[in-house]
Amino acid sequence: MLTPEQIRDRLLARFPGAAISVVTNPGSSGQHSLLLPAGEGRAIAEFLRDDPELALDFCSNVSGVDWPDKEITETVKKTVPDPAGGPDKVVEEKIKKLQPGYLEVVYHLYSMAKKHGPVIVRLRTGNRSDQVTLPSFMPVWRSCDFQEREVYDLYGIVFEGHADLRRILMWDGFKDFPMRKDYEEPDDYEWEPTPHDDVLAKAKVHYPATAPAAAPAPEGKA
Amino acid sequence: MSDAPVITDAERDELRRHGIMLTSLGELAAWGRSKSVWPLQFGLACCAIEMISASMARFDIARFGSEVFRPSPRQADLLIVSGTVTKKMAPQVIRLWNQMPDPKYCIAMGACAISGGPFKQGYNVLKGIDRFIPVDIYIPGCPPRPEALLHGLIQLQEQIRTGKRPTPAKVARPGECTIPEFGEHDLEPAKDPAVWQPPVITRQP
Ligand code: SF4
Repeated sequence: MLTPEQIRDRLLARFPGAAISVVTNPGSSGQHSLLLPAGEGRAIAEFLRDDPELALDFCSNVSGVDWPDKEITETVKKTVPDPAGGPDKVVEEKIKKLQPGYLEVVYHLYSMAKKHGPVIVRLRTGNRSDQVTLPSFMPVWRSCDFQEREVYDLYGIVFEGHADLRRILMWDGFKDFPMRKDYEEPDDYEWEPTPHDDVLAKAKVHYPATAPAAAPAPEGKA
Repeated sequence: MSDAPVITDAERDELRRHGIMLTSLGELAAWGRSKSVWPLQFGLACCAIEMISASMARFDIARFGSEVFRPSPRQADLLIVSGTVTKKMAPQVIRLWNQMPDPKYCIAMGACAISGGPFKQGYNVLKGIDRFIPVDIYIPGCPPRPEALLHGLIQLQEQIRTGKRPTPAKVARPGECTIPEFGEHDLEPAKDPAVWQPPVITRQP
């Protein structure tokens, strides 16, 4: 089994100049993945399947991930000349940056023929609103059919080249993408017997404006 | 029929001891009805497995006259909502209920059918079938054991026999429940206010 770096080099030899990089996983599983460019994604997928060394003939799992816009703080060191003529000072400056969000789809590929895997590949959309199109891998691995439909249903990633891209869990007229982090669910929290945390905040909207005066406080309580 | 009994139960027992059975047609019908509650053969999620188990030899729901699970709502008296009602499934469940002839009864079996259960805060699960269908018996549990289902059934039979079911509200409003449409964000309507109102909670501020 080739390492992700070896697979990347193999791909770069076949697709020179393609923006393929290895995304390392710092967790204990150490399952590193390959980030593929959306443009050449389909051709690369076909190569991964047909290459005799890799022969990744089975896609077992397709997942969506939502990465919302994130504010990150970077610390930059700067040298400022001392106006009094002394030695230069090193000043630390904190810069807040908005890291734009994107949607991501992750494929787990295995080889039945060579009994190895998984090779994990990712593709990322341009943003979370209007550039959400990615190439579909359904023509490459048939098992992507329903799973890409599910990713489309719950995250709103549009798979170009998918033969039958409809919602699969929610109904056709549904407009939202429930697994996105900023999804607002319908407000049906009118009956929450034991609310706490987030649910409590949502349920409180439905509490009577003033507690009925007739209800006396229980005995022994203020 | 007046509410006051013509003869007391003690008098009736006394007559029965002498070989005379005194009853009314209504009582006889209610007794017969209570002993042949035919459920709709219909399950939704894991609770359905317990319902199936209750119908098999070990728990044997046939002892209570309910073994005849009907595959058609036209022949069923009892809807056992056994499991999670997703919002996508809810209109079909209510349509089945509407197709059942009166008098009909509904058992909400398990946390999901009562309130949405473990999936209550999900985007896709109806928070209790009682938002659309008048429920007669609630059986808590996740899942309730088959014995609990049998207990619920016996409670229902008892209420049918003593004339507490169908309820006056149900008799006054027979037939159809509102079937919600699939909306852009939720079912429309998300609940039927004629059937279900949230209980008023008074809490200390
Ligand atoms: S109440 Fe529990 S056992 Fe019953 S359908 Fe819901 S999750 Fe399954």
